[in-house]
Amino acid sequence: MSSVVSPIRQPLVNGGKTYHQITEDICSPTERMPSTQWFIAFAVSIAFLGVFAFSVFWTVYWGIGSWNLNRTIGWSWDITNFVWWVGIGHAGTLISAILLLFRQKWRTGVNRAAEAMTIFAVICAGQYPLLHVGRIWLVFFIFPYPNTRGPLWVNFNSPLLWDVFAISTYLTVSLLFWYTGLVPDFATLRDRSKGIRRRIYNGLSFGWTGSAKHWQRWEALSLILAGLATPLVLSVHTIVSFDFATSVIPGWHTTIFPPYFVAGAIFSGFAMVQTLMIITRKVLKLQDYITLEHIESMNKVILVTGTIVGVAYLTELFNAWDSGYIYEQFAFYNRVLGPFYWSYIGMMTCNVLSPQIFWWKKMRRNIFVTFIMSLFVNVGMWFERFVIIATTLARDYLPSSWSYYTPTWVEIGLFVGTLGLFFTLFLLFTRVAPVVAIAEVKSILKTSGDQYSHEEH
Amino acid sequence: MENQNKSVLFGLYNDEEVLMSAIQQANEKHLDIMEVFTPFPVHGVDELLGFKESRLHIVGFIFGAIGCSFAFLFMTWVFTADWPIIFGGKPYFSAPAFIPITFELTVLFASIAMVVTFYAICGLWPGKVNPTLDDRITDDKFCIAFDANAHSEEELNAIKLFFSETNAEEVHTKDI
Repeated sequence: MSSVVSPIRQPLVNGGKTYHQITEDICSPTERMPSTQWFIAFAVSIAFLGVFAFSVFWTVYWGIGSWNLNRTIGWSWDITNFVWWVGIGHAGTLISAILLLFRQKWRTGVNRAAEAMTIFAVICAGQYPLLHVGRIWLVFFIFPYPNTRGPLWVNFNSPLLWDVFAISTYLTVSLLFWYTGLVPDFATLRDRSKGIRRRIYNGLSFGWTGSAKHWQRWEALSLILAGLATPLVLSVHTIVSFDFATSVIPGWHTTIFPPYFVAGAIFSGFAMVQTLMIITRKVLKLQDYITLEHIESMNKVILVTGTIVGVAYLTELFNAWDSGYIYEQFAFYNRVLGPFYWSYIGMMTCNVLSPQIFWWKKMRRNIFVTFIMSLFVNVGMWFERFVIIATTLARDYLPSSWSYYTPTWVEIGLFVGTLGLFFTLFLLFTRVAPVVAIAEVKSILKTSGDQYSHEEH
Repeated sequence: MENQNKSVLFGLYNDEEVLMSAIQQANEKHLDIMEVFTPFPVHGVDELLGFKESRLHIVGFIFGAIGCSFAFLFMTWVFTADWPIIFGGKPYFSAPAFIPITFELTVLFASIAMVVTFYAICGLWPGKVNPTLDDRITDDKFCIAFDANAHSEEELNAIKLFFSETNAEEVHTKDI
């Protein structure tokens, strides 16, 4: 029953694990007292979450006038952060859905945590449009429900409304996919525990038994959900890019946006997966499951998508020059050499130049380099969105309305606050759920465990 | 497993390959396996047990089609019949602009319907307590279970013999 595995494939599970050891290694972090490191990280995250709560209160109480948006720069940090977070979310779905369809076994080590990251990132992303509507208590107006105002319907032709549907569908489907994967692993946790803990995990596991028929259906369901999530994830960032591309603003109104945004999303998402995984594998001692092989594979994806993004930047410049349209040409001249030139430099350095280091295998397999690079990419992709949004709006058609933009403390507070929200959720997740998909790792042990692959050569 | 006071005779195996050959032998001896439990999906068990391919994808297709037509027809009705408005000089019926939401609702309906159907047909829901034969089945043991009530004493002995012949690590009887 063992499938054909190339002898050049590196093992994906190290340490000569048995099935029981896999259960033990992955479940035990949820069963013992959290380490001091965890408490420190949690305290810091909670502090940032407090900053978020206060900034939200300030924004809602005083209105979005407390932000530094003005007449021409109507979008800035808020939408930058929104796109940044949504993009980060994409890696989780890519790993769990697209790599499942491509039968990539290395996904099993990282898919659970990456999907959790997706869900938390989308939750963070959702905060910005909700707050930016101003009167958050009227936010339900965006849903097309029969109302007493006519009924007055929403504008189905608007990309902003498409975004509402895309993001909420994405969050729902990601949650369903993630939770269905978690159910058998919650059952494993349940069967290791007693008393109240057992009752809680039985509730979470929906009474899973491990019956062969259930597994067969579970696999069928996972495969179809992956098939649905794959076009979904591509559609989500396509629609996010439509927010810009369907407008008539020079620099935004381009057909290159959808593929360029999707590549950038995968790029930034993988960087965030690396940041999280490198810390998680160390703190939870999961180096045998999240191996250098996984890290190297993800670095290859970062290299490819980073280079695609680089090609897109240059294509944009070429197309602007080639268009012969002065407004388009000015928009790009301004992007590179205008008042926000420093963000363009940051973007180019972090996203295009620095990932080229991963052409060297030694660098791809160096944990320290990978960690630093993952932070670079996260910063660079934030700059990319800022470049697209703020520089374009700061120099529009009418020179008399040109202005410069700097954020207020409220906007900065909201941004670092969502980092707090994200890490608080992630740290809680590492306490209550297995961060590596137990059942899926067991199913690849015989083909990818190191003790089995040594036998072949 | 819905009946009360059911007596189950089950054997635990240590490895999925041993389990597979045991199921094969059980098939040859025409033993009536009630259930097989494994800690992870073992490919090939479903064929040995004669399971038909899951029909979940049909549910997905039907509800996807419903979501697709619901979204498209609803937007068409709103913009051509209920409250026609011209946006940006485009026709009332601007079909290309309806595609993104139509696609999203197709995926949403199909996914939710399949997941709900999956849990419903498996009899799994929050708070459901299914009796477990052994706590190690979700860890590292592979289990073949027989309904002890449905077999005579003689047949049960034959099953126990089968377990020892196929290298089951442990054999137990449990009332659930």
